[in-house]
Amino acid sequence: MEQKNKFNNRLGIWGWLSGGRYGLERYAYSLHRLCGLGILAYFLLHIFVTGSRIDGQGSWDSAMSSVEGIIFKIGEFLVFFAFAYHGLNGIRLILTEFGVFLGKPKRADFPYKQSTLRQRPVLLVVMVLAAILTIVGGWDFFIAN
Amino acid sequence: MLKESTYWYLFLLAGLFILVLLSIHMTIMHLDQLLVAIGIGSGDVLKFQSVLARGRQSFFMVSYIILLGAALYHGLYGLRTILFELNLKKGLQTAITAVLLIGGLGIFVYGTYVAIAAKMM
Amino acid sequence: MGENPNMDTSQAEEIVKTVTYNVLRYDPDKDSKPRMQRFQVPVPKGRTVLEGLIYIKENLDGSLTWRSSCRMGVCGSCGMFINGLPRLACQTQILDLNADEIQIKPLPNYDILKDLVPDLKPLLEKHKYIHPNLVRREGKEIDGLTGEFFQTPKELENYIQFTFCIKCGLCLAACPTVATDANYLGPQALAQTFRYNTDTRDEGNQFRFDLIDTADGTTKCHFAGACSDVCPKGVDPAFAIQLLKRDMLLHKLHIKRKEKGVPILGKVTDGKRMKGVPDAPEKTV
Ligand code: SF4
Ligand code: FES
Repeated sequence: MEQKNKFNNRLGIWGWLSGGRYGLERYAYSLHRLCGLGILAYFLLHIFVTGSRIDGQGSWDSAMSSVEGIIFKIGEFLVFFAFAYHGLNGIRLILTEFGVFLGKPKRADFPYKQSTLRQRPVLLVVMVLAAILTIVGGWDFFIAN
Repeated sequence: MLKESTYWYLFLLAGLFILVLLSIHMTIMHLDQLLVAIGIGSGDVLKFQSVLARGRQSFFMVSYIILLGAALYHGLYGLRTILFELNLKKGLQTAITAVLLIGGLGIFVYGTYVAIAAKMM
Repeated sequence: MGENPNMDTSQAEEIVKTVTYNVLRYDPDKDSKPRMQRFQVPVPKGRTVLEGLIYIKENLDGSLTWRSSCRMGVCGSCGMFINGLPRLACQTQILDLNADEIQIKPLPNYDILKDLVPDLKPLLEKHKYIHPNLVRREGKEIDGLTGEFFQTPKELENYIQFTFCIKCGLCLAACPTVATDANYLGPQALAQTFRYNTDTRDEGNQFRFDLIDTADGTTKCHFAGACSDVCPKGVDPAFAIQLLKRDMLLHKLHIKRKEKGVPILGKVTDGKRMKGVPDAPEKTV
């Protein structure tokens, strides 16, 4: 007999971002997704803003000046970070999702070091590289300009 | 209709293309001061004249179009993946696919037109 | 109501500390939504979260409901969300949690039937969907088995780790995709797909690839890896899924294709039996 009044305990979108004390990879996944959405939004806008160049200098200059404020600057910088992270982490994902860095299957003796831990160093390298790129970008965006 | 995994492989391939092309694009356009600092940039990448000059080169035109197509596919397929995880009805899923496909194609046509028109300028 | 004599908490065992159990309660006949209830539980060394629940049921509130059976990590029925992670209650010692308050909820991403009892039906249905059994092209090879399949220990090694799945469902509770998506096959079923596809006795690769190469299959796995973090049996489902993705690609590219399973050996008596090995028992079915 099927019980009728069950309580729906699905975590929902909140579960994409958090939900428990899991390993780093699950949060890397959340960030990857957020960055991807950010880049997509920027990219769509970007196509139309830079498309103005075919209408001559006037419309290009006015399009450029409409995206000049500090808010846009910070936004652009965030997109730069998002791209650095999403790209580097994307390389890691393409490799690991085809089994690279994960080792070979074997009888799990405890304490067992699962696949996420076995590729963890690669994730750390990704994060360090993304951080370095972000710092370089920050210098270029805010100090040198 | 192709198998879902085929779309996914294309999504990864597009990602790799973007990675290469967008890295070049980002370095030229957004790390301009870094290029100046190491002595290979002029620092005025956003001036209309330099935009115009780049647009006239075939290399930039072709890579803009490839980047546009790859990025649209990668981004919109990614968005579709995310939306499909929201437990939507089959009909709504089909509608989303249609909207993303038509919208994506529309933007691609517009962007390609811009790139070609810029080459003529 | 006295203490369970088997647990023997009264005499020899010394109570090291008392913890607060903060347990989710939900009675489908009375409550419209769940509520939390607190209990004080004395803890001798080695007491598991499950034994703490038994203590509550026997001494404090007989209506508390959960599911458990083997109390030794074998049956897979006592999965719960304990202090921020899906875990087996019988394999988690209270003192190991290093906390004065223990929060226990039913596994997320499943419907709650009552208190700590999740509805695991979706898990089992998805498991069944991928045909978790040896598939042979000649059906009679399985139905009227005349001998053993020939498989080397090395071939066994390639999938044995994935055979230890106890269908506890912790992995689906941890998975971010399952958090919103009821249709995604999930780590358990996909890991078992890899397990059977990799078994040299099986011939169902193409058949299973067709089952899972949909919008609800491997493409919904993004290697967040939480399933592997929580799996209590070292099945490492995320690992199996990534290997499955690789095999799927290689299969598609015709680089690695497993079409034929290993043959059936002749009569077992064909070989020479080692000294002291007794006869196999009579067939019962
Ligand atoms: S894969 Fe692990 S966590 Fe998932 S059901 Fe099987 S034993 Fe449980
Ligand atoms: S009671 Fe059987 S696994 Fe915990």
